[in-house]
Amino acid sequence: MTSFRFSRFMLFAGLTFIYLPMLILVIYSFNASRLVTVWGGWSTKWYAGLLDNTQLMNAVLRSLEIASYTAIAATALGTLAALVLTRIGQFKGRTLFGGMVTAPLVMPEVITGLSLLLLFVAMAQLIGWPMERGVVTIWIAHTTFCTAYVSVVVSARLREIDRSMEEAAMDLGAKPWKVFFLITLPMIAPSLAAGAMMSFALSLDDLVLASFVSGPGSTTLPMEIFSAVRMGVKPEINAIASLILLFISIITFMLWFFTRRAEEKRKKALHKFKTYKG
Amino acid sequence: MKKLGNKLLGLLPKGRHAVIGVPFFWMLLFFLLPFAIIIKISFAEADIAIPPYTSLTEWADNQLTVLLNFGNYVLLSEDGLYLAAYLGSLKIAFFSTLLCLLVGYPMAYAIARSDKQMRPVWLLLVMMPTWTALLIRVYAWMGILSNNGLLNNTLMWLGIVNEPVQILNTNIAVYIGIVYAYLPFMVLPLYANLVKHDLSLLEAASDLGAKSITAFWKITLPLSKSGIIAGCMLVFIPVVGEFVIPELLGGPETLMIGKVLWQEFFNNRDWPVASSLAVIMLLLLIIPIVLFNRNQARELEGK
Repeated sequence: MTSFRFSRFMLFAGLTFIYLPMLILVIYSFNASRLVTVWGGWSTKWYAGLLDNTQLMNAVLRSLEIASYTAIAATALGTLAALVLTRIGQFKGRTLFGGMVTAPLVMPEVITGLSLLLLFVAMAQLIGWPMERGVVTIWIAHTTFCTAYVSVVVSARLREIDRSMEEAAMDLGAKPWKVFFLITLPMIAPSLAAGAMMSFALSLDDLVLASFVSGPGSTTLPMEIFSAVRMGVKPEINAIASLILLFISIITFMLWFFTRRAEEKRKKALHKFKTYKG
Repeated sequence: MKKLGNKLLGLLPKGRHAVIGVPFFWMLLFFLLPFAIIIKISFAEADIAIPPYTSLTEWADNQLTVLLNFGNYVLLSEDGLYLAAYLGSLKIAFFSTLLCLLVGYPMAYAIARSDKQMRPVWLLLVMMPTWTALLIRVYAWMGILSNNGLLNNTLMWLGIVNEPVQILNTNIAVYIGIVYAYLPFMVLPLYANLVKHDLSLLEAASDLGAKSITAFWKITLPLSKSGIIAGCMLVFIPVVGEFVIPELLGGPETLMIGKVLWQEFFNNRDWPVASSLAVIMLLLLIIPIVLFNRNQARELEGK
């Protein structure tokens, strides 16, 4: 079992490598000294200072707004795409469809960002929309690439679940949409929540796409952070970065906790049902 | 009136068509069509106008003139900077993919062979950072790697070095940043593959006298091929076009195409050259992307 011991060690080393820098960042956000590398005692003054920074606060609100819209739209579109890929058999253009849904996962962001900007410019010339770029164009860009993530998560779940219930309902004469909303949807709900959460986080995090397709006056939080970070490490940025880490970690943990509980409940109910029947 | 309403309703796509049509149309419009436009603009010339490029077609004196400007591509092939940036990107992407695989494979293996109850917990721990801002995680490294940062201070305190080593703004920092950011994308597909393996094969091998290391090379590794392909592509392809990491952690020696494209677009305002840079990058990546898509499709169909 030497190979397993080695891989065990690598797992711990890898996790340390992943979490240590974030931990250091959070600790240093409480540093009283303006010199970010010198420890000057504990202080929360950088956090208090954030609230006075209206420019940053506006960017935070704008980013949260875009992330919420993205989560909703990408979850809807991604679920549809996943249904097409797993429940609808062959149709014309299926290969193209599969390619278009999975390619955004790996496509370099600079390419997607530039090409979308050029599309918006061409559309503005042709049909006069979008007249100005901002929240809507960023939302479209984010929705497009988040849809790919959602469809991967949801279609994995769609393949996993037992199809016999869907088939039974269909045999009893239920319409396809009824089968979807009453049977399939409750079973895949945890993966929808995971997809929405992922989209929210990805949108909140994106710098490159937003930089390309945003217009004047629609700076998002990552753009704000990026322009500050380019000048070097700053204590204010440490504070806002720590808050984002905390925020996303809490949501992730809650999501994980609730989906796990829902899953256990479902399994118990199913077990009960089977033993009752038996 | 009701009849008209019914007719209009009849025009709406029904069930199956709507389910296919909505995501299909969205991806066609916002993902595929833009590539056609990017190819078009790459044949235009930069111009001081809004938008800042010339039109390809012109209608005058009852003549339609189509002007294709190959100047951008000539520039790309003649200026050594661009070629160096492409090669630099491919080199960095290749080695960081290799590093991710070397670190990520044992991690995925350990998770797949751990207690069934613990697997989701390990996986969550590995995946959670990918949901938290990349920008912030890269930024965290800036503080650690800088000349008077934590790493150098620790090294000097330990007496390993006498004066700070330059790590930030070198390629080493870029490698650290990329492996750090992309490691979870390597672990996830590898885990998904490794966890499905039939362990009785390994038992059979050991019963027949194979050492565990031989069994690993002959059984586990070949079986995990599709996981390795998926993981490597998920790292390699986006890293080729990576912008944030080389910009923040790299230095003057770091030549990567994503950074060059960004500069052409935002600093030089030369949209056509930026477009042609993107077109060439896409051509370089088309084989890995097709490979990835095929692999994904096979996985999606459940083989």
